[in-house]
Amino acid sequence: MGVGITVEHLNAFYGKTQALFDINLTVQANHATALIGPSGCGKSTFIRCLNRMHETIPEARVEGKVRIGELSVYNGTSATQLRRRVGMVFQKPNPFPTMSIYDNVAAGLKLNGFRKRKQLDEVVEKSLRSSALFDEVKDSLHKKSGASLSGGQQQRLCIARALAVQPEVLLMDEPCSALDPISTGKIEELIFQLKEQYTIVIVTHNMQQAARVAEFTGFFLLGKLVEFDKTEKVFTNPSDKRTEDYVTGRFG
Amino acid sequence: MRLCGFGVVVLLALIVYELLIGSQLSWHAFGWKFFAQSDWNPVEDQYGALPFVFGTLVSSLIALIIAVPLAVGVAVFITEMCPIWLRGMLSFTTELLAAIPSVIYGLWAIFVLIPILRTYVEPFLAKTLGWTGLFSGPPYGYSLLAAGIILAIMIVPIISSITREVMTVVPQHQREAALALGATRWEMIRLGVLRNARAGIVGAVILGLGRALGETMAVTMVIGNRPEISKSLFDFGYSMASVLANEFSEATGDLYLSALIEIGLALFLVTIVVNALARLMVWSVTRGQPARTIA
Amino acid sequence: MADTNSNLGAPVVPPISWRRRATDNLMTGLSILTVVIVLAPLFAIFAYLVYKGIGSINLAFLTQTPKPVGEVGGGMANAIAGTALILGIASLLGVPFGIGAGVFLSEYGRNRFGDAVRFVSDVLNGVPSIVIGIVAYGLVVVRQKHFSALAGGVALAIMMIPTIARTTEQMLLLVPQAIREAAYGLGVSRWRTTLSITLRTATSGIITGVMLAFARVAGETAPLLFTAFGNQFWNWKLNQPTAALSLQIYTYALSPFDDWHRQAWAGSLVLIVLIVSAVAAVRIVVRRGKLAGA
Repeated sequence: MGVGITVEHLNAFYGKTQALFDINLTVQANHATALIGPSGCGKSTFIRCLNRMHETIPEARVEGKVRIGELSVYNGTSATQLRRRVGMVFQKPNPFPTMSIYDNVAAGLKLNGFRKRKQLDEVVEKSLRSSALFDEVKDSLHKKSGASLSGGQQQRLCIARALAVQPEVLLMDEPCSALDPISTGKIEELIFQLKEQYTIVIVTHNMQQAARVAEFTGFFLLGKLVEFDKTEKVFTNPSDKRTEDYVTGRFG
Repeated sequence: MRLCGFGVVVLLALIVYELLIGSQLSWHAFGWKFFAQSDWNPVEDQYGALPFVFGTLVSSLIALIIAVPLAVGVAVFITEMCPIWLRGMLSFTTELLAAIPSVIYGLWAIFVLIPILRTYVEPFLAKTLGWTGLFSGPPYGYSLLAAGIILAIMIVPIISSITREVMTVVPQHQREAALALGATRWEMIRLGVLRNARAGIVGAVILGLGRALGETMAVTMVIGNRPEISKSLFDFGYSMASVLANEFSEATGDLYLSALIEIGLALFLVTIVVNALARLMVWSVTRGQPARTIA
Repeated sequence: MADTNSNLGAPVVPPISWRRRATDNLMTGLSILTVVIVLAPLFAIFAYLVYKGIGSINLAFLTQTPKPVGEVGGGMANAIAGTALILGIASLLGVPFGIGAGVFLSEYGRNRFGDAVRFVSDVLNGVPSIVIGIVAYGLVVVRQKHFSALAGGVALAIMMIPTIARTTEQMLLLVPQAIREAAYGLGVSRWRTTLSITLRTATSGIITGVMLAFARVAGETAPLLFTAFGNQFWNWKLNQPTAALSLQIYTYALSPFDDWHRQAWAGSLVLIVLIVSAVAAVRIVVRRGKLAGA
């Protein structure tokens, strides 16, 4: 089951430059929430604050409160522990090239001490099925390396890898921007199915994609959250003029 | 310009030619047995190079065993763990190690390392690991062990510098993939960096081996220079490069000289093969991106 | 913190074990330890060089030749001069050759033959210096029937060439193609472009390469053992055995005399200062070159 996310007064900095200004929002459990906005508006920065990947950049800093379920992200939980419960899929598929498909999916589990072959087999298969990849690779799980798949397949592999450790939240940072339309379609279908079990936050620069897969949408502009509401409302009847300008294509 | 390019090839050809011609006499006299016999007797014109091969291999092996963990550790620290302000200083100082001439390493080894070995290290090793048979006999200090240790100090910079290069080439998204799965920093380094750079690190190690095999001065000054094969690392030894350094300019007689040149030829061939192998492996990871020139 | 519902029907994943945390800390500690272990000899060597050598570097040391065996005093003046002479010969032979090869590789060598030359150059780089000494012996000493500074210079030149060639190639490759094309567009021949335009743009980088090669061979001893051979006295003739700093250090270090040991440390200090200056100068040139937009 997924959990909800609450963000209060989040400010993020790269050294002296401020990238996010006083973000407040609530992500509903078991729903898909899309974050849209022009390039450089801070949506990727925001999502990386949710699983503390933002800190991996030198001189990066965060102020504010984030709660995922009952966990306080910035107060008390170790980043490592947090990231196990919040999965991430990146813009460019990044399977481990020296590992087989099986080992890629099992990587997170092995780190957490799961060694029993039977257990791993079960979880790997279930994860690959959840990401709609199993049928395509079931005969070459151990033979093919993670990097030998096509772009779309690699991304689904990365999704399976993230799902294998049973996160409660799945963060997706423009997961389809490096993929062709057919693979994009397959992954969007996937998101539709996954949101029944996970809470999904997806960053996308493709507004139609947001409209297709998410129930809620947040519009970011220049580091501020301009509007956050049901997707339908944001696209058909936005409250803020800037949102309207963006979704109607007047800029960005 | 084409002349210069051609000239480089000519140079190599000249080297091969000189070595082949010079070793002819010895080759005809002893054939393959040259490298299997241990009797090195200039007085009676009997030459067997096995002790030198043994000495070179053993000292290089000791050097690798000591140097590889150290070099990889330094590389990991500088690339993944070090605060940014420290990085430049550390990499400069490790490169400084590479700039010290071999003879100065030897000088320091004679007056500092060997006494330390003689007084503290070798007795300690004899007491704790003496049962293995590797650490027996009087601790003179001058020994195969000393040669291995000074070699280790000398090859750490090159192994470390290439390891750093291949680690830096690993794309950032691999590190992020590991972190996002909930890996600790060491696990991230293990999964996302070292695994990807494996081939290159092996290449770096082999390159270090190549350097160790041909190293002359520092080894000559501490190895003891006695052509013997022995089990204990405390004993004197003799390496291929050392016998050339010590005996070449005083070699009387054509066969003596030829035998030495044959050792030189063997050293040449071995280092070529080792270096070619190493560069192949490093290239496979960095994929032709221009490497920094290593001093 | 434990999950109550598992989405996939698989067992619940527990929180981070203390073992993983401990391993992480252990590895960090070990890495720091390796840095300390590796840097320790560096500091020790420099400390000893200064401690043992500085007292002995005086005017006498820098201006006198060695005294006869057993007598105290004298200096390494001839060795310092000899090193300069041999390095001079090596540079005269090796630098043009190396730069030429580098130009060849970058401008005319993007083909199979160029690859072969590049490979050979790398191979040459890995040849042990003592073997190069043997080769120089065969090429020069045997022909001339005596040891000489020339032979030493030849040996060191052979060692400089691969390094200079490779750095020159890399520096030239950094020159944007657009600059060459600007010259071609003006009707300048390829040969001329390379000489006047491309080389000039890459000058600071090429100087870097030359100085790096210089610093590397300045401390070499093995190839000089049976080429330059060494000399107790002054020598400026190309075809006579010549003293060199590195050779002198070697001989003195192995001797049984305390005074000579003292001088070996002093000589080492002089040598290392020379080399470190060259390396430091390289870094400064590179930085200034970068700022100037070269």
